[in-house]
Amino acid sequence: MAYNDHAATDHDHDAHDHKPHGWRRWVYATNHKDIGTMYLVFAGISFFIGGSMAMLIRLELFKPGMQFLDPQFFNSMTTMHALEMIFGAVMPAWTGLANWMIPMQVGAPDMALPRLNNFSFWILPFAFTLLLATLFVPGGGPAGGWTMYPPLMLQGGAGFPMTIFAIHMMGISSILGAINVVVTIMNLRAPGMTLLRMPLFVWTWLITAYLLIAVMPVLAGAVTMLLTDHFFGTTFFTAAGGGDPVMFQHIFWFFGHPEVYILILPAFGIVSEIIPTFSRKPLFGYEAMVYATASIAFLSFIVWAHHMFTVGMPLAGQLFFMLSTMLIAIPTGVKVFNWTATMYRGSLSFEPPMLFALSFLFLFTIGGLSGLMLAIVPADYQYQDTYFVVAHFHYVLVPGAIFAIMGGVYYWLPKWTGNMYDQTLAKWHFWLSTIFVNVLFFPQHFLGLAGMPRRIPDYAVQFTDWNQVSSIGGFAFGLSQFLFPYIIWKCVRGGQRIGNRAWEGAHGLEWELPSPPPFHSWTDPPSDALIQRGAAH
Amino acid sequence: MAAGPEIHINMMRKLLSRLGTAAALAFSLSAHAESGWAQLNMTPGVTAMSRQIYGLHMLMFWLCVGIAVVVFGVMAYSIFAFRKSRGAVADTSLVHSTTVEIIWTILPIAILVATAVPAATTLIKTEDLRNSQLTIRVTGFQWGWNYEYLNNGVNFFSRLDRESDAARQLGSGIDVTTVPHYLLNVDKPLVVPTGVKVRLLVTANDVIHSWWVPAFGVKKDAIPGFVNETWFNIDADKPGLYRGNCAELCGRDHGFMPIVVDARSKEDFETWLKAKQLEQHPPAPADASAPSSAPAAAAK
Repeated sequence: MAYNDHAATDHDHDAHDHKPHGWRRWVYATNHKDIGTMYLVFAGISFFIGGSMAMLIRLELFKPGMQFLDPQFFNSMTTMHALEMIFGAVMPAWTGLANWMIPMQVGAPDMALPRLNNFSFWILPFAFTLLLATLFVPGGGPAGGWTMYPPLMLQGGAGFPMTIFAIHMMGISSILGAINVVVTIMNLRAPGMTLLRMPLFVWTWLITAYLLIAVMPVLAGAVTMLLTDHFFGTTFFTAAGGGDPVMFQHIFWFFGHPEVYILILPAFGIVSEIIPTFSRKPLFGYEAMVYATASIAFLSFIVWAHHMFTVGMPLAGQLFFMLSTMLIAIPTGVKVFNWTATMYRGSLSFEPPMLFALSFLFLFTIGGLSGLMLAIVPADYQYQDTYFVVAHFHYVLVPGAIFAIMGGVYYWLPKWTGNMYDQTLAKWHFWLSTIFVNVLFFPQHFLGLAGMPRRIPDYAVQFTDWNQVSSIGGFAFGLSQFLFPYIIWKCVRGGQRIGNRAWEGAHGLEWELPSPPPFHSWTDPPSDALIQRGAAH
Repeated sequence: MAAGPEIHINMMRKLLSRLGTAAALAFSLSAHAESGWAQLNMTPGVTAMSRQIYGLHMLMFWLCVGIAVVVFGVMAYSIFAFRKSRGAVADTSLVHSTTVEIIWTILPIAILVATAVPAATTLIKTEDLRNSQLTIRVTGFQWGWNYEYLNNGVNFFSRLDRESDAARQLGSGIDVTTVPHYLLNVDKPLVVPTGVKVRLLVTANDVIHSWWVPAFGVKKDAIPGFVNETWFNIDADKPGLYRGNCAELCGRDHGFMPIVVDARSKEDFETWLKAKQLEQHPPAPADASAPSSAPAAAAK
């Protein structure tokens, strides 16, 4: 039997549930589920910290005139909000879901590198403590935007080197997490779990992991050059010394564009799990989905300069980046069409995960279409650095990435806990979030087109009305999010017990395990029959 | 015993009156900015280029609306028609169709090519800097703009006007809705002629800024140590004041460095330029060149 090849399962079958207790269970954690839980809790905390910063921003922008915040503090709020949400909330949430689900989905007992896993998580609390501590040092938090463009970023005070060091730590954490994902997927798949039988979430994460390994060092290099420019007399980004401030933007966005796909590809994976389950029909065009994901990842490396059309690039450069950016619409379109075709002639029901996936489908598409508009260079001259851009990327990141995370949590929470959560409350959470996310972000399209620049603490009075609508939407959206931890907490505490398969139409190896699954997920590799049943696409 | 509820009622009254004030304030703000609700879209602007850009924007907008109607239509139909509660049974054989997949790959390519052509044509025109008749160097700084009319000897700074600046201070107590063109007004606007191709050389002397006037369809980053070029040509029949902002985050007062362009007819512009030259380079007084005063000047 091929089972003998599976070294990781050979030892110690009697000690499945042997684990340290108390604080040691978490600090010394090597178990993929424990680490996954810590990642998700960490992401949740960051989501609320970053969210409270967004609330301050919307509070100041409720009325024209400066009401509450100093402009410098306002700038550090926009900067920190982005860093918290990107590096603290969305990325750790993906790693948490990867930790929980990938071993279960590929038929492995755990992640391949458990101690590395522990290390990559425990870097994060230190990194973010350092980042948040910048708010209390002379000069305040970083206030040059999350894009950290020099020379402005170089004007930072004591918080500047702290921010750089925090980003280095986040980068190391991401790279280690990504290495773990790649090694797990490549080496710990159960016999018979061929690449093209893997669930889409595993596929999208595999590709995401490669993106992370490719671009996080680029970010590290860029911020290190900032550091040496500031402290060691180099002039990478200073024209007076032969450098070029725009070079930073090129390097940053060479990281930054793949980064935005790092934030969204796992969302594609989750939606590709949820929609088939609640349509009771296999995913339409599985292989096309895999290839589309890979194409998007490849294209993400050759579109970076569309973030900087106004820096004064040569015409040929602008044309190239416009056309390559437009190409992304093709594989993204394939994905949206495939999800729609999966629902077509299915048998649909609308439990909370499906509701979030559907919201993703509509609202991410809106974000994608405004992205297409932004690709058109002459029009982008008008959109660049306005609220139109803010609306665009919040549509792809909030009802895009974050709704997919929420959908994923509502999808797998019964599996993790063995309990069904309060679906009525979860539907409330869904409706409030979906309604108010639109109240919050849709008017920002209008503001941007009418000429309101982004990253400003105060505005001309003609922008008042839509800012007020947006702020009201923001407060309501923010308040609605308290339902989420409450629903999860209630579910962890107890609820209606569920069997292996929480949802009628759910397929995949994770649904063949008991709920909650054993401490070491697949100590015996799943049989070929189970794999075939799971991979019914 | 009676004091309790009374205090309670008083507190409620205070709270209600405060809420009322807040609501009244919100309404009065809305009333001040009557045009606020109507501000939904880009404006076509006052140059041929800005109108072309507006046209592209509307083309892309309607294209996206069209795509959204079709795609959302199919989604909505699927959600509505294939509900399990309505007895829908899944057709699990429908998992792949090469024909359909080829169609929905080719069709978007065709649409993209169709939009790339006008986009590229317009882009090429925006980069055509030939035959300008006036060149102005624009230098961004923290936080304002410097304008230098090259070869004309005119040079001045342009900053947020005093009234806006006073009103925008934290706790200024000034109702900003009473300030004319709050945050969109400067002490000295950039004066340009209409009907003339004006070339801007855009740079900065500290951090990156971005010079943006929506009505011209012009946004160009001002980068310290580098000079960017851009241009505009305002319709001859559209003199007026055009307002914009710095569009690139440039530090604490990024939100407070507006741009105002005062577009005048060619003749008015020439008059203004002459006056400005005189003001900045007053002709040497007659006695200054007189030999008798030369020793005095030298003694200084």
